[in-house]
Amino acid sequence: MKNEFSRREFIRTGSVSLAGMAILPSFLSMGCSPLTEQSGLDEYLAHFNVDKETLQKVMAEALSRGGDYCDLYFEHSLSNYVGLQDNDVNRAGSNIDYGVGVRVLKGDQTGYAFSEEVSLEAMKKVAKTAASIANESKDFPSINLNERVHPEFCKLDTSWEDVSIKQKIPYLQKLNDKIFNLDDKVAKVQIYLDDNSSYILFANSEGVISYDYRPMVSFIAVCVMEKGDQREDFYASRSMRIGYEYLTEDLLDGIATEVIEGANKQFEAVKPKAGQMEVVLASGGSGILLHEAMGHAFEADFNRKETSIFSDKMGKKVGEDFVTIIDDGTNPNYRGTLNIDDEGTLTQKTKMVENGVLTSYLHDRISAKHYNVDPTGNGRRQSFRYAPLPRMRNTYMENGPHSKDDIISSVKDGIYVDTFTNGQVQIGAGDFTFYVKSGYLIENGKLTKPIKDVNLIGNGPEALSQISMVGNDLKIDCGTGTCGKGGQGVPVSMGLPTVKVNQLTVGGVNA
Amino acid sequence: MKDNKKMELAQWASEYASKNGAKEVSVSVYDSKESEVEVRKQKIEKIQESIESGLSIKLYVNGKYSTHSTNRLKKSELEKFINEAILGTNYLAEDKYRSLPDRHLCYDGEEKDLKLFDSNYDSIDPRQKIDLAMAVEAETLDMDDRIISVSGSYGDGMYRSYMVLSNGVEGYKESTSYSISGSASINGGDSRPSDYHYNSARFWNQLSGEGVGKYAVERALQKIGAKTIKSGKMEMLIENRSVGRLLGSLIQPLYGRNIQQKRSFLEGKISHKIASDLLSITDNPFIESGRNSRLYDRDGLAARKMTVIENGVLRSYYIGDYYGKKLDMQATTSSPSNLIFGKGSKDLNGLTRDMKEGILVTGFNGGNSNPATGDFSVGVEGFYVKNGEVLHPIVGMNVSGNHKEIWNQLIALGNDPLTDRSWQTPSMLFEGIDFSGL
Repeated sequence: MKNEFSRREFIRTGSVSLAGMAILPSFLSMGCSPLTEQSGLDEYLAHFNVDKETLQKVMAEALSRGGDYCDLYFEHSLSNYVGLQDNDVNRAGSNIDYGVGVRVLKGDQTGYAFSEEVSLEAMKKVAKTAASIANESKDFPSINLNERVHPEFCKLDTSWEDVSIKQKIPYLQKLNDKIFNLDDKVAKVQIYLDDNSSYILFANSEGVISYDYRPMVSFIAVCVMEKGDQREDFYASRSMRIGYEYLTEDLLDGIATEVIEGANKQFEAVKPKAGQMEVVLASGGSGILLHEAMGHAFEADFNRKETSIFSDKMGKKVGEDFVTIIDDGTNPNYRGTLNIDDEGTLTQKTKMVENGVLTSYLHDRISAKHYNVDPTGNGRRQSFRYAPLPRMRNTYMENGPHSKDDIISSVKDGIYVDTFTNGQVQIGAGDFTFYVKSGYLIENGKLTKPIKDVNLIGNGPEALSQISMVGNDLKIDCGTGTCGKGGQGVPVSMGLPTVKVNQLTVGGVNA
Repeated sequence: MKDNKKMELAQWASEYASKNGAKEVSVSVYDSKESEVEVRKQKIEKIQESIESGLSIKLYVNGKYSTHSTNRLKKSELEKFINEAILGTNYLAEDKYRSLPDRHLCYDGEEKDLKLFDSNYDSIDPRQKIDLAMAVEAETLDMDDRIISVSGSYGDGMYRSYMVLSNGVEGYKESTSYSISGSASINGGDSRPSDYHYNSARFWNQLSGEGVGKYAVERALQKIGAKTIKSGKMEMLIENRSVGRLLGSLIQPLYGRNIQQKRSFLEGKISHKIASDLLSITDNPFIESGRNSRLYDRDGLAARKMTVIENGVLRSYYIGDYYGKKLDMQATTSSPSNLIFGKGSKDLNGLTRDMKEGILVTGFNGGNSNPATGDFSVGVEGFYVKNGEVLHPIVGMNVSGNHKEIWNQLIALGNDPLTDRSWQTPSMLFEGIDFSGL
């Protein structure tokens, strides 16, 4: 995948012709040295205009009141968007966000403050604020910082910072044309292409120093169709931690086909009857079941406080033998993938449920200490403005023993669901919901009429125990999943093989 | 208090962009301070403070439009940032509807004290903030053996922004907010139900945490023993604090963007009856200490009071400057300020006693709505009510329907509008609603 020539060569050969053409904030304009996805620790330190000695001084201030631990999280994030509406690429934008967050821990207590300036004086000021979580006078021994090297799970060919707006525009126009050409009923199309490049420098009082480059691209299309008096809409999205090479004809064709097929299906769709029934979840985005019904309740901060419905279920049987649920930060280029988490822990593949037994919560540093286990690399934050929390990454179920056809044909009277917009969970009560944008009725083992706009509700532990069939067709979805918790949004992915849940409540209509 | 340097920076950025190729410019420079404290087990769980600032700029270049923001405010960096943004904007397609709003529709700079800013913000002792949060939990300590965890949280914020439009319009906004909240988690046997409560104020001396923790615990305790009942058509009484969740799906199709993009079931419905006679909504941006009070909106349009729905008849959309031009309609404002409703004669208990059979909804769980068709389906939590009596909490149920119909099924309003929220919703009673359960 990687280009043969180095990034530095590419900048030399490529950036001249690009100069002035991109809506792109430039590192060079910031009076600090440029970074690329191949930069090393020294370049990251130089970029943020700090050295190890400065970091040590800030950490000494952070721990001056007796904190047990502190970390510094530097972030420089550059975002761009280009948008199409009414057949023209007629809107665009960019955002720069830059700063450092200082966190101090005293036991399970957190002090947090951030600064948008990275001068020693500004950082010491916020360190002093974060330090106030502890209240004793203490001299902390000097910290020897050693680089934590991490694997690269999100390799790319062309960084978004090297791509001009001129290069992006044709992709939006082409996608618009493809969608209109596929169906005469198309009335409106909106398209957005967002990209982001984030540079992270991390150091903590245990002597870890590390850095990370995090790319992201999202491509979204919304289509409205008209047929007589009836209007229906549908949207499709693709998002990954990857570079410009992601934009291909195949990608455009996939998005165009999905919105056209989806909107067309809506015209014929009916509302299912209200009540409890068997539900078959299609492979892919149906992983929202795992995210809402189980994943959040497995986040260890809720369990540490004993507020999760799974708080007393560690080591217990929670599902059939063929149910194994993973939260994974290592899947190449997925939205929830991380090289290191936001508190410097190497990411990993965490088995939450193995062969039906609950084997691990998702930990950050605080909860791992509480449970006396190693952190699982789930400490994540939206940006330097927030303290990290245990969060999911890419959450999916491993393949099971059944085939998709066998699963569908086993249902006499139920629904098959394939596209979702959002979900939610009550951690303590365990009640979760997710909103189905499209699917089908299952009648006598066959998919029949399309369905739309129904909410499904169930209870996490019950639904987990009622997963009665798991297919062998696992697919991890590439849509724009964003998970919200504690006022913070982080990118996630989810996946599922075809799965049957014996009983969920379907928000349909009463006769 | 105004920060003249920030005001000057906004003026400078507007002039700089104008000199370097932008035909028109809109700049906003903002700064804020926030602090929060969360306590649990009479110990501080988390304390956080922040100070931030930034600049956002809308550029109108040769009939083309883009928008940018940054928190790097050194002029040398901003020059490069603005220049690159202008150059990039040139590659976009022209959009003849993009221009600054007509000067006569914009804010005229007249200052009016909406009582949104507490000048004591910086002088509040941090210890007092911690004490407030502690007190929320403290009042629950001996309340009930089934309590697993109660968190008390305090939060405050101070926000300022300076707006400069290249057509000469200027504006300044400042506000403060304080909030105190409690969240409780209860051991209910198989389940661990939770609930919350909060109070908010624009002024420190108006903030009270008394009863917040206790009320959160009481609400959570009431959820013990929840059951799923049979699916059916029933009455639905929505508690005042939850009405906004359903109402949001009626407001969304009123936005100019959704109307212009054919994603609104309310397109062409001005002067049409869309709801029961009982539903009247006024958008009032001038309420003193209102949670969303303002003198101008994000486009710089002067704020004005407007009737959105009058006795069930739709009177106004939310149309910003751009979509107003695109739709050839008069711009109103792009988003709601404070929403004021008609008022009934009974409180929540009185309305409950009037119910024959139905669900008293005290919270929604997930769900969504389709603005193009009006279809909606949402999870609910609350209580089963029969012959005016609350029988037991319910769980695992959805409510579904269509917004074209449900607002016509509104049969009573409470006398309990939420005066400390921007959407001052009263409780609302509906008939013939589709619930799904067993």
